[in-house]
Amino acid sequence: MQRKLARQFFYDMTLARQFEQAAAEQYMQGNIGGFLHLYPGEEAVAVGSLHAAEPGDYVVSTYREHVHAMVWGVSPSAVMAELFGRATGCSGGYGGSMHLYDVSRRFLGGYAIVGETFAIAAGVGYWLRLNDSTQIVLCYFGDGAANQGTFHETLNMAALWKLPVLFICENNHYQIGTEIHRHSAVPDIYRHASAYGIDGRHVDGMDVVAVHEATRAAVQHVRSGNGPYLIECETYRYRGHSMADPGAYRSALELAELRARDPLEIFRERALGQGWLNETDCQEAEKTVAEVVAEAVRFAAESPQPTDLGKGVYSEPLDLYGGRP
Amino acid sequence: MTRQRNDNVGIIGTARPAPELEVWQALNIALDRAMERDSSVFILGEDVGLFGGSYRVTQGLYAKYGEWRVRDTPISENSFVGIGVGAALAGGRPVVEIMTINFALLALDSIINMAAKLRYMSGGQLQVPLVIRMPGGVAKQLGAQHSQRLEHTLVNVPGLRVVVPATPQDSYWQLSQAIVADDPIIVLEHELLYFTKGPFDPDAPPPAMHAAAVRREGRDVTLVAWHRMVSLAMEAAAQLSTRGIEVEVIDLRSLRPIDLPLLRESVSKTRHAIVVEEDCRFGGVGAEIAATLGEVAHPDLASPVRRLAASDVPTPYNAELERASIPGTKNIIQAVEELAGLHTD
Ligand SMILES: Cc1ncc(C[n+]2csc(CCOP(=O)(O)OP(=O)(O)O)c2C)c(N)n1
Ligand SMILES: [Mg+2]
Repeated sequence: MQRKLARQFFYDMTLARQFEQAAAEQYMQGNIGGFLHLYPGEEAVAVGSLHAAEPGDYVVSTYREHVHAMVWGVSPSAVMAELFGRATGCSGGYGGSMHLYDVSRRFLGGYAIVGETFAIAAGVGYWLRLNDSTQIVLCYFGDGAANQGTFHETLNMAALWKLPVLFICENNHYQIGTEIHRHSAVPDIYRHASAYGIDGRHVDGMDVVAVHEATRAAVQHVRSGNGPYLIECETYRYRGHSMADPGAYRSALELAELRARDPLEIFRERALGQGWLNETDCQEAEKTVAEVVAEAVRFAAESPQPTDLGKGVYSEPLDLYGGRP
Repeated sequence: MTRQRNDNVGIIGTARPAPELEVWQALNIALDRAMERDSSVFILGEDVGLFGGSYRVTQGLYAKYGEWRVRDTPISENSFVGIGVGAALAGGRPVVEIMTINFALLALDSIINMAAKLRYMSGGQLQVPLVIRMPGGVAKQLGAQHSQRLEHTLVNVPGLRVVVPATPQDSYWQLSQAIVADDPIIVLEHELLYFTKGPFDPDAPPPAMHAAAVRREGRDVTLVAWHRMVSLAMEAAAQLSTRGIEVEVIDLRSLRPIDLPLLRESVSKTRHAIVVEEDCRFGGVGAEIAATLGEVAHPDLASPVRRLAASDVPTPYNAELERASIPGTKNIIQAVEELAGLHTD
């Protein structure tokens, strides 16, 4: 594996881990409101898969999307400022943690209703296909979302029209507190794809290299006009579903077992063993990330609040009563 | 903003003779012209392609533009409306047809949670130039599940606009305007109006998309109506006129926004108003109009704004009961006469 890519993986996963830790702290201090869904444990999925796409591609994600946004190029400062609800946030303070957008990078969110990402991604894919584009769409979703009607409706249409959409399941085994065997009759999410004639595969979502390789092959498949593809990344979240969830439904043993397969640790050991990275590389990356995250928090805290309540409801201001007093 | 009464609006005020066309044909021409002009316009919906649309609105377009621009979809309302939203985000101008408004209930997430909110939630970055067309209203014995009006739900959503064309000319104008607009717009069509005729001139300059139209001038009472209720109000007005009561009939044309200035102008003259709506009364558009006129125009009003609306029942199948469940010409006449009795001057 290339040294450059290995460094990128390590940097991004470290950033993901530290950024989310900082977000949790800021939430506890009252600087972040609302719902906050964090990503520790799942880093290898976003990092491995997004680096297999091209910058011209589109990304559609869920409400657990801080890391996707940052790996896709949105600055940690713009993401943190959005969590703080500030005007400098990537959605101007109007979206919040669950609604991150950056149109210039084709990062299209940020959807807080489970199952919305499917149709949005297919719609973008439809438009790309209509225009004979070689761009593709990466569509992230959780194991719980696979039981939403839109999943099945969209897989059907994406297959029917050969839309350039790569569906990436972040199977962290839980739909809030309901474990996958209690919410899915067929818990292998990738097998659902076959009902619609879509190729799918399972991959170890704790192994960033495996995720990356699987995604590269899938991207190639989709970009070549073969229609959609589905990858199920089996992963785990260390924290509760959101900051409001202490996660009491999981045993300490389960958590400890999974933590022993930490994606960052696995990659670090492997990269050192293979000579992709040395200790100094790792330490430097950790130091830079710490500075970047501290700067993001400082930037967010010092940023102005948005003040224009009515901005962006419509393309131009709309008087509900027809324009004259 | 100044707004003149546009004499080209609809049947009554037409200044010059124009060929007669049916509503579905006017919609069809609007779609065809928009697709010819702009290759980013495409159509999506159940049986819009090969079949030509349940009410013939997309007839001929599949043959002319091909399957990628006139797409027959499976029965997956929430997802194909969501596909419209996604395509709009990426630069398309989709016109989604929901076979009837009753099925839009399955797509409310895509309409209300996504189309209406994405521009705002993204701090103004995203644009959703999406048109959603849907037939609705009480038709002929279709039963409770196929007779819905959802005005009350849709007008309450910031981010949406809702238009209700009742004539061929307005259908053409408002659909054309909706397609070039950069916001999500709901075009409500009425099932009993598709095959009604009216003058049509595609080259006449359109009034603003939300402008209401005076269909008949009168000095005694203002009737505010939309969709099919306009023609009932016109019938009532004609009959009342023979008895010396002159009713002004306003076709609202848009439910969000509403043309309040025109309503005020009218009630300042007539001093009485009745809203006639096919949707249920409780929490409806009529309530909005009555309350707002009450707030801003009360010095001009000699009596509170009244509402005639559908009965608070699911629509029955039986033809007589069905007729009784929504306002009819007789009810309108009676309501006006009651009001006229209040005239003291
Ligand atoms: C339609 C809908 N139903 C319920 C919820 C509440 N909810 C938020 S996240 C969630 C669990 C989703 O689980 P999964 O798809 O596996 O994603 P994860 O949170 O594990 O990443 C639920 C039920 C919602 N946001 N939207
Ligand atoms: Mg899950």
